[in-house]
Amino acid sequence: MSTTVSQIDEVKTTPWSGGRSPFNVEYGKMMMWFFLLSDAFTFSSLLISYGSLRFSASVWPAADKVFQSVPGLLDHGAPLVFVGIMTFILILSSVTMVLAVEAGHRNAKKEVVWWMIATVIGGFMFLGCQALEWAHLHHEGFWWGSTPPLEELGKFFHEGGTEAARHMTAQEFANLFFTITGFHGFHVFTGVIINIIITVNVLLGTYEKRGSYLMVEKVGLYWHFVDLVWVFVFTFFYLV
Amino acid sequence: MSTDTHEVHHEGGEHETMTKGRILKVAGILSAITAVEFVIALLLVPKGIIPIEYANPVYIVLTLFKAFYIVAYFMHLKFEKLGLALAIIVPILFIIGLILVLTNESHHWVNLRG
Repeated sequence: MSTTVSQIDEVKTTPWSGGRSPFNVEYGKMMMWFFLLSDAFTFSSLLISYGSLRFSASVWPAADKVFQSVPGLLDHGAPLVFVGIMTFILILSSVTMVLAVEAGHRNAKKEVVWWMIATVIGGFMFLGCQALEWAHLHHEGFWWGSTPPLEELGKFFHEGGTEAARHMTAQEFANLFFTITGFHGFHVFTGVIINIIITVNVLLGTYEKRGSYLMVEKVGLYWHFVDLVWVFVFTFFYLV
Repeated sequence: MSTDTHEVHHEGGEHETMTKGRILKVAGILSAITAVEFVIALLLVPKGIIPIEYANPVYIVLTLFKAFYIVAYFMHLKFEKLGLALAIIVPILFIIGLILVLTNESHHWVNLRG
């Protein structure tokens, strides 16, 4: 309508009217957020299909009966203790990650390195625990497409349900457990690899030269997301 | 581009908001909530103090609290611009939609199987 649009544009400095970023966030960090949103959809789909299959079943393997061993210490009788250790390891590694980000804001290279190394160690510890957990369940007979023999299935259930129903839900449980914790474990694994790469870059002084440790923040987002997913996996597989 | 990112990084003034003290406080809250979940799962439910039907919603509420603290403080979303926070949080409505659809569906499956 008016031909003096450019003058009008010049005075607009508020967000959403052009001229500056309304999100006030660096491109890569914003894209990490959108990637995590898509990843949240993927994990939600997996967990919601687990929920609806479990909801529609008359019996389901009881968490406190399936998960009651502490590898290397107790074969049974300690429900949820081992997964509790895993959960605390992951929460702690998330804490060391924020501390690395916080040190990055102060440009304290040495501190960033130490907190990143602590985070990587936490990630490896979690993966090791998960490997033990998988090995234990596999030893019991659970795997994709296989369950413990029918006559042994009873010890994984509280009560009720026919043998056929138990067999079917034990199979559903095994498939979903290995798929979902496997997909989560894969995220932990890639997170550890990315954390190692970033730690090496910090050591080489890449971000010192750049003047900002924003990359540490971005991998931090990914790492916290992995922790966030575990919070849900833990609740829906081990508690509910 | 590199100068742009530099500006964005500093003008936000968001970095004063996550101090070491606050990090440790949030870590304490997360650990405490997890500890409460364990007390419910290992003591209160087995002894019959809380029936499992009541424990499950409590677990879910506690989980959502933990999710809030991780996203808001550890992932820093609370201190980002409102526009970014909304861009991330509003699409979560789709997840709630899927939950509603599939829980409804699984009720029908129960009847079919029954």
